[in-house]
Amino acid sequence: MTDPKRETLPLKTSNDVVFARQKVRQRATELRFGLVDLTKLVTAASELARNALDHGKGGQMSIEGITAGPKVGLKLIFEDQGPGIPDIEMALKDGFTTGTGMGFGLGGSKRLVNEFSVESAPGRGTRVTVVRWK
Amino acid sequence: MERIPVLRMGSLVLITIQVDMHDKLAMQLQDDVTQRISDWGSTGVLIDISSLEIVDSFIGRMLANIAGMSRVLGAETVVVGMQPAVAITLVELGMSLPGVRTALSVEAGMELLYGPGAGIFSGQGDDRSEA
Repeated sequence: MTDPKRETLPLKTSNDVVFARQKVRQRATELRFGLVDLTKLVTAASELARNALDHGKGGQMSIEGITAGPKVGLKLIFEDQGPGIPDIEMALKDGFTTGTGMGFGLGGSKRLVNEFSVESAPGRGTRVTVVRWK
Repeated sequence: MERIPVLRMGSLVLITIQVDMHDKLAMQLQDDVTQRISDWGSTGVLIDISSLEIVDSFIGRMLANIAGMSRVLGAETVVVGMQPAVAITLVELGMSLPGVRTALSVEAGMELLYGPGAGIFSGQGDDRSEA
């Protein structure tokens, strides 16, 4: 069953990153996430949205509520059509950066969520899917 | 244009971040703080982040940058008021803000910079002399 509240937001400017994390905060609050869970998810969303903007030259985020048995969670998908990640394993290491950041974005975000997957190929963009259960 | 206020309090520069930061605002803040330290000859910078609901690596980097720039200009930076959930998240993210001094409150931050009693707004050093 698809979530009727599923939404897709653009990530084209640094203001869009702010809107994206406000949206994640709003949905997580509606689902009554605890404060620490909410903070972790919003922070991960902020990192991944910024990645899509800085490294993927812009993209989009979709957000949907999901359930698994008694569990309730939020699933976020970040997509860009940027240059892609040639070596995902390397990109997940702390301290790895190609930009001006500190290199905590991808590996750090992974630790802030319950499920994390990256699909990417050089020249074909990147899709990062994360789930945080309440 | 939207701007984060940079206030002068004696020899301190006081900044209270209350808005959701985006890139331009962060860059503007770095410029403003360094300019004010230089204009006012400030020796300390207090950054109150108690209103911030998240600190991601971008904001963490900005805080570290401000601390570094201020130090080069002769001012010590203390970041105060971080929410517990933000601290948990930051460390899990992999950033423990090395090189940035922190305190729980503005008062504690002032004491860290200027010693016990500084937090009660006793004014400048002259007021405290025994003579």
